[in-house]
Amino acid sequence: MEWTSYLAPLSQGAWVTVQLTVYSTILGGLCAFVFGLGKLSHNPLLKGFSVAYIEIFRGTSLLVQLFWIYFALPIMGQAIGLDLRFPPVVAGVVALALNIGAYGAEVVRGAVQAVPKEQYEAATALNFTSRKRLWRITLPQAIPEMMPTFGNLAVQNLKDTALVSLISLGDLAFRAEQIRNFTQDSVTVYTLVLFMYFGMALVLTACMKLLERYVGRWRAAGR
Amino acid sequence: MNDATNTRDPIIKFDKVVKRFGDHVVLDELDFEVQRGEKVTIIGPSGSGKSTVLRILMTLEEINDGVVYVGGEPLWHQRKGDSLAPASEQHLRQMRSQLGMVFQQFNLFPHMTVLRNLTEAPVQVLGVSKAEARKRGMELLEMVGLTDQANKYPHQLSGGQQQRVGIARALAMRPKVMLFDEPTSALDPELVGEVLNVIRSLADEHDLTMLLVTHEMHFARQVSDRICFFDQGRIKEQGKPEEIFTAPKEERTRAFLKAVLDPDD
Amino acid sequence: MFFGIEWDTSSQWAFAISIFPILLHGLVVTLQATVVGFFIALALGLVLAALKSAPTRIIRWPAKLVTEFIRDTPLLIQLFFLFYVLPEFGLTLPAFLTGALALGVQYSAYTSEVYRAGLEAVAKGQREAARALNLASSRTFTHIILPQAIPRIIPALGNYLVSIMKDVPVLSVVTVLEMLGVAKIIGDRTGGYLIPLSMVGGLYLVMTLIASFGVRYLDTHLPKRGLSLK
Ligand SMILES: Nc1ncnc2c1ncn2[C@@H]1O[C@H](COP(=O)(O)OP(=O)(O)OP(=O)(O)O)[C@@H](O)[C@H]1O
Ligand SMILES: [Mg+2]
Repeated sequence: MEWTSYLAPLSQGAWVTVQLTVYSTILGGLCAFVFGLGKLSHNPLLKGFSVAYIEIFRGTSLLVQLFWIYFALPIMGQAIGLDLRFPPVVAGVVALALNIGAYGAEVVRGAVQAVPKEQYEAATALNFTSRKRLWRITLPQAIPEMMPTFGNLAVQNLKDTALVSLISLGDLAFRAEQIRNFTQDSVTVYTLVLFMYFGMALVLTACMKLLERYVGRWRAAGR
Repeated sequence: MNDATNTRDPIIKFDKVVKRFGDHVVLDELDFEVQRGEKVTIIGPSGSGKSTVLRILMTLEEINDGVVYVGGEPLWHQRKGDSLAPASEQHLRQMRSQLGMVFQQFNLFPHMTVLRNLTEAPVQVLGVSKAEARKRGMELLEMVGLTDQANKYPHQLSGGQQQRVGIARALAMRPKVMLFDEPTSALDPELVGEVLNVIRSLADEHDLTMLLVTHEMHFARQVSDRICFFDQGRIKEQGKPEEIFTAPKEERTRAFLKAVLDPDD
Repeated sequence: MFFGIEWDTSSQWAFAISIFPILLHGLVVTLQATVVGFFIALALGLVLAALKSAPTRIIRWPAKLVTEFIRDTPLLIQLFFLFYVLPEFGLTLPAFLTGALALGVQYSAYTSEVYRAGLEAVAKGQREAARALNLASSRTFTHIILPQAIPRIIPALGNYLVSIMKDVPVLSVVTVLEMLGVAKIIGDRTGGYLIPLSMVGGLYLVMTLIASFGVRYLDTHLPKRGLSLK
């Protein structure tokens, strides 16, 4: 079989990978902000919950989390009378997002804490409410600081999507394994797939760099 | 103005205020009053508590004991019947609206243009319309001589220009009391004058109360109604500029002035 | 039955207790894979770091490209690649070694960066000073640069050791019986995934907690100004 005949099924898989990456990175970013800010909250409940989430998801393995959500959660749901059986896509996106979100939360916390306290004082002196201080003064300065690490996390997330093939989601890694099974042409298949992942990572990195430049455009003004 | 110092109805009043950092007593039962419209300069050695007084007024630092009044209302407390309870955030916000502060390091918002620095708080905090805030912002920029810098970012400005924006930003909130904490200390010597000129023009405004911490003694002498010499968290000596600068009564004051006025000796 | 150990499904507690020793068997494999993978990563990373700082571009640029390639592609695919492709070149390794090798390759991209950053962080002035003292440059490296770089490098490497441990479950796809794979098989055979998978999660939490204490201990107890060479 010609290697070009692999391209159609592999592209299908790659498209699934792209979607998984986009959805889980966005959802993960949301988790990062919610729980990163939650960890800085003065509300002990919110803070405790955020710390627990971050520690659990950073302290265990992504594959453990994925299997737990896909295989174990339905059983727990049964015990408490809820239907917690998720289709592989949902389980995959949720596991990826929760995992990357926990790492992102620490990044958000660090960047927010790194905003000089003088900025906080200036905002207080101008009588901003604490909510507006966060949205208008702190976060616009913290977000550009987060971006380089977020870029790395996004690529990490792209690589991690390969694991969802293990709960039989038809992503790039899954298609590759199918074709190899069928053709035994492992050298060609895996070389192709490695380069496809590499290409996607380069594109993703470029996108994150653009986003980084956009959120930090005030820094570059007049330079 | 100075004659009014001891009459009632001061706009700022410290009543036996104690401020400690750990075991270190920074303000030691401080009594201190400022009248409406009065321009007061605080001088004193490093660590004597000058900044702390301003920061307490701006609610950036809590007090440990005593009461601070602004416009007759307790700042860090709320009246509850006859007694005083700790202030709520709502109360603090209400009190803060009377005060504006200019920082030694300017503390402009780096992610906003100069004009946006001036309009953000009026729009977000006071609910002024954007158009109106911009109009007022441009007026203030004209006052500090920076209309042509309106759309630049703070890092594109010199220190002196940044501090003038800092002053305009505080004024945009229309405070009754302006607090200046060493506004020229972080500036290169050649940039000090332009900032002092702006402050001097403010000192001509009759209604504005000014509380200034500075090491610019000649300037303090020109613009102040009263000079307060702080030492170890208390007012060691105060009076009209002529009295303090020409005939200080206290030995400590004399030594301090000698040290700052003829540093070469 | 697994590793010759029977499980007891009479109650949930009995089940949990009976599979615990089975999971510990898996845990041992996890730790072995972690350690072997880590040492491969240390060695390969050193090679990459050296190539990336080679005096000529013809070596430097490909080395950088390879590092980037390794870093940007998934461990799972690298593992499959090694598992299926190496035998075609006549190199048939046991699954465990193939898995450890994949971990080592993936993390060599990261360790090589740690080495480089650690060495660069040692103030450039140090090198100048040493030159002024007229030390031969290999001596400069082993006696002056390295002792100062090592305390910076070790905690960062420690963090990657923990990351490797968390990536070991991927090896279960090539039949390495590490802890998660073992738990999954118990689940497949009994239909009870909840208990074994939760126990694996708990054991991972315990291990990463211990490891992060270890890393923090190293971070605070390594002399920041350099190791003595005695
Ligand atoms: N956040 C803080 N924690 C601990 N000590 C503090 C803090 N802020 C101020 N201090 C101490 O309080 C004392 C008074 O500080 P303050 O800033 O009011 O002095 P100052 O008169 O403004 O001096 P300077 O001329 O150096 O600005 C100093 O000894 C200072 O070290
Ligand atoms: Mg001060």
